[in-house]
Amino acid sequence: MSKKFYLDNAATTRVKKEVIDEMLKYFDEKYGNPSSQLYELGRRSKEAIDNARKIVADFINADEKEIYFTAGGSESDNWALKGVAFANFNKGKNHIITTKIEHHAVLHTCEYLEKFGVKTTYLDVDKYGMIDLEQLKEAITPETMLISIMFANNEIGTIQPIEQIGEIAKEHGVLLHVDAVQAMGAVKIDVKKQHIDLLSMSAHKLGGPKGIGGMFIRKGVKIDNLIHGGGQERGKRAGTEGVQNIVGFAKAVELASKDFDAHVKKLTSLRNKFIEGIKNNIPDVILNGHPTMRLPNNVNFSYKYVEGESILLLLDMDGISASSGSACTSGSLDPSHVLLATGLDHGTAHGSIRFTIGEETTEEDISFVVQTMKGIVERLRMMSPIKNDEDLYKK
Amino acid sequence: MYTEAVMDHFRNPRNVGSMENADGVGQVGNPKCGDIMKIYLKINDETIEDVKFETFGCGSAIASSSMATELIKGKSINEAVELTNKAVVEALGGLPPVKVHCSVLAEQAVKSALFDYAQKTGKVIKGLENYEPIDDDDIHCH
Ligand SMILES: Cc1ncc(COP(=O)(O)O)c(C=O)c1O
Repeated sequence: MSKKFYLDNAATTRVKKEVIDEMLKYFDEKYGNPSSQLYELGRRSKEAIDNARKIVADFINADEKEIYFTAGGSESDNWALKGVAFANFNKGKNHIITTKIEHHAVLHTCEYLEKFGVKTTYLDVDKYGMIDLEQLKEAITPETMLISIMFANNEIGTIQPIEQIGEIAKEHGVLLHVDAVQAMGAVKIDVKKQHIDLLSMSAHKLGGPKGIGGMFIRKGVKIDNLIHGGGQERGKRAGTEGVQNIVGFAKAVELASKDFDAHVKKLTSLRNKFIEGIKNNIPDVILNGHPTMRLPNNVNFSYKYVEGESILLLLDMDGISASSGSACTSGSLDPSHVLLATGLDHGTAHGSIRFTIGEETTEEDISFVVQTMKGIVERLRMMSPIKNDEDLYKK
Repeated sequence: MYTEAVMDHFRNPRNVGSMENADGVGQVGNPKCGDIMKIYLKINDETIEDVKFETFGCGSAIASSSMATELIKGKSINEAVELTNKAVVEALGGLPPVKVHCSVLAEQAVKSALFDYAQKTGKVIKGLENYEPIDDDDIHCH
């Protein structure tokens, strides 16, 4: 089999060997229900969860009692928004502030809540995907119950000034929810320093299993349950705990915290080489996202005059996996809402490709991918009836 | 996701390129929607002697244009005007439902090029008497 280049680590990551080894024990050896406290097997499972909770809490500088395990980032986002909205119903607060570039787990939840009378303000972003702190301040009203802003964007990698956002939220007495699904393991998260009240996490973006994540809920925050039932997770999230997943999540977090600085430094250097390689070898490209305030693994460009899905199909022929903001890859009519929010025209947004490097990516991989991209873009441009900006921007 | 035939026409598109002094040129679609097809015809004695295409779009858009050019090459203009998107889809062994619009665009591109030829030569092509070139501003994506 020829070599594969997996460059879609923002979609998901390979589960690390150490994580799998840790998880396996909880299938046929330590399979007790953590709620069964009267016998050894149950107690062992409970201990494993307690231990995992401590690891995750330490990673974000929270208290163990503030960590709740969920089925992933989407559930955590849903819980934060619906939980706060429902806890505030009939209390005179019905306003949420978020941004135009959130993940659909946030945006579609806001749309849903609007059916129940919730009002949402969607903050703009600049061409780099950054929000404007002044616009945020101006959007806050006495009715505002929650600000929900992602730490780092999954498509363009832009990192928001969360600490400053946290200060604004605190000053105005408004809760702050942060979707940190992409930021985990890439950016230092400190819920105390950054004044975060609720934080969404997911395991599968940092070498953990899919279908497990967590939520940090600051002590004292009023939030309704999303999943009702048994008394698990201190009565806040029902359902027999996925012990093996929780243990896997914690192991991934533990590994990420161990060589955090070296890992970020290595990826950042590779990413910069990748960005330079594309810029220096392919004309008429636009870097999407912020030049420096960006995730260490994210390389997102628009290649003018060509369309993203065609690029992905040709990349796949060379064993390269990436993703695109083109409508043709999502089955929707419009290209990525994130790219449009940064002001890209539709035509240019259709030609965007996101590479997200990972632990296994090498410098040689990057040189190969840059050269492959150069060939693909040249080939598709030769086929394209759009030859210049005039053709592209023509209405 | 795509059939063998679609992938074949995507990887090795037939008749790709532009044409100087074409007898008919048609372009449909716009960058907003993510697909543009341009078709060039060389017509002699009411027969399509040569055809070329240029396409901006996804894999199925490129494959649909390539297949459409194959289906009309060597045909008379009266045969070519009867090309349907269904014929393109069938020849490709099927398209995913969300991509069927690509075949519609290919049919429109052929009609638009034939209409251009009719306009330039003053000929009347059966089936194109009431043809209205699509106004780009009116195009709703997909
Ligand atoms: C920013 C962001 N939020 C939320 C999610 C959803 O997480 P999960 O896949 O764990 O539900 C993702 C993953 O795609 C994401 O990138």
